[in-house]
Amino acid sequence: MTSQSHGLHVVPSGTALGTDDVEEIEMDLLLEAIHRAYHIDFRNYARSSLKRRLWRRAHQENVETLSALQERVLRDPMCMERLLRDLSVNVTSMFRDPSFYRAFRTKVVPMLKTYPFLRVWHAGCSTGEEVYSIAILLREEGLLDRTRIYATDVNASVIDQARAGVFPLAKMREYTKNYMDAGGSSSFSDYYVTAYEGARFQQSLMENTVFAEHNLASDASFNEFNVIMCRNVMIYFAKPLQDHVHDLFYKSLGMFGVLALGHKESLKFSRHEESYEVLDPLEKLYRRIA
Amino acid sequence: MKPCDLIVVGCSWGGLEALRGILGPLPDTYEIPVVAAQHRSPQAVPGHMASALEARISLPVREVEDKDTIRPGHVYIAPPDYHLLIEPGSFALSVDEKVQYSRPSIDVLFESAADAYRERLVAVILTGANKDGAAGFARVKKRGGTTIAQDPSTAERSQMPQAAIDTGAADMVLSLEEISDVLLRLSAVGASEGAGHVG
Repeated sequence: MTSQSHGLHVVPSGTALGTDDVEEIEMDLLLEAIHRAYHIDFRNYARSSLKRRLWRRAHQENVETLSALQERVLRDPMCMERLLRDLSVNVTSMFRDPSFYRAFRTKVVPMLKTYPFLRVWHAGCSTGEEVYSIAILLREEGLLDRTRIYATDVNASVIDQARAGVFPLAKMREYTKNYMDAGGSSSFSDYYVTAYEGARFQQSLMENTVFAEHNLASDASFNEFNVIMCRNVMIYFAKPLQDHVHDLFYKSLGMFGVLALGHKESLKFSRHEESYEVLDPLEKLYRRIA
Repeated sequence: MKPCDLIVVGCSWGGLEALRGILGPLPDTYEIPVVAAQHRSPQAVPGHMASALEARISLPVREVEDKDTIRPGHVYIAPPDYHLLIEPGSFALSVDEKVQYSRPSIDVLFESAADAYRERLVAVILTGANKDGAAGFARVKKRGGTTIAQDPSTAERSQMPQAAIDTGAADMVLSLEEISDVLLRLSAVGASEGAGHVG
């Protein structure tokens, strides 16, 4: 029997899909494959930035198409490991956006000083640079001893890196400047020792810090916090996933708890906008009031 | 010309003047949204460039925030130290590694816009002293969009438009005044032929 007798039609050659449309299909299939094989869902990520990251991995694996990347990802867990790193690790630095830390000192710290015990959630901590930054700030403000920091990320390998607290020596000049611009009250070099592998930060900074794997897309709230920091993480998410994460943060913040977002993020599209007051409109500091 | 739903512009050294040159003549009734990536220092004061440009043209200028909707009649500027990407009808941001030593990178803006708007996109590359934007320019052309490079001999810095022209992807090579005229004509075409079309 021919296919025609089943009512099927051969696609005329003139209507073949363009390579661009094929790329879109390949991307959908790759994300579906990752979800089914590894139970990690990137289908709710912002498509434009995700596509760039997928292609970067494809080029580094020396494959020409996203289909070829899919085949490798399905058959080689190490390739998936590399891709996961590309997709989930955000570029960060110590005291990134010094003006944010200055605002945190003047507008959030005085409130925090009224509490006997503090819980801070650093969601999407990546390789840890900003966890050490906030720990240094809290120590200088006399708050670190009564603070527990929960630093979480979806990627287990970056959490190990964050826990180790070793950062490239070549970055210390930049970080020292950031630290001073951020209102640091001590000498930045007091916080680390130079080791052969880099600048190793004092482990005493992390005495009260819990590092853990946590997936903002699928894991639940796990405590009630005075501060939640999540800067430049949600920009990689599409709107529905952003909404989900805002729900999660709202549930996880105590009354008058503070939410810190990245410079170009906001609550303006969130259904919880009315439940927060703006502490600093440029630094994107919000306080839950309802 | 083809109807157009979005105009993307890349500029670097001398870019603010050049942007004023092409956008200044556009009336406040101009509907097609314009999105510009201008290279600048990561420490640039957020919002500063948007207000500097807005003071000198008729259209409202906004520095993009994550997931903002692309609205008609607006000029949008990439924020310092972020890549600006285009999704159909909205923006996305990223803090990924610099591309061509730049964040925002013009390549990132152009390539994502090419994917999202295809033949209904016009890309304009202006003055600059590097090669950012050339790859994105070629991508816009490949996707069926319209490509315009500033005539390098009229640019404050010629390298960037020249690199784009050297890809062989330029539909037009024009002075700032001529680019402005083309943008004005796009508007008229878009209003008649583009009416009712779902982009």
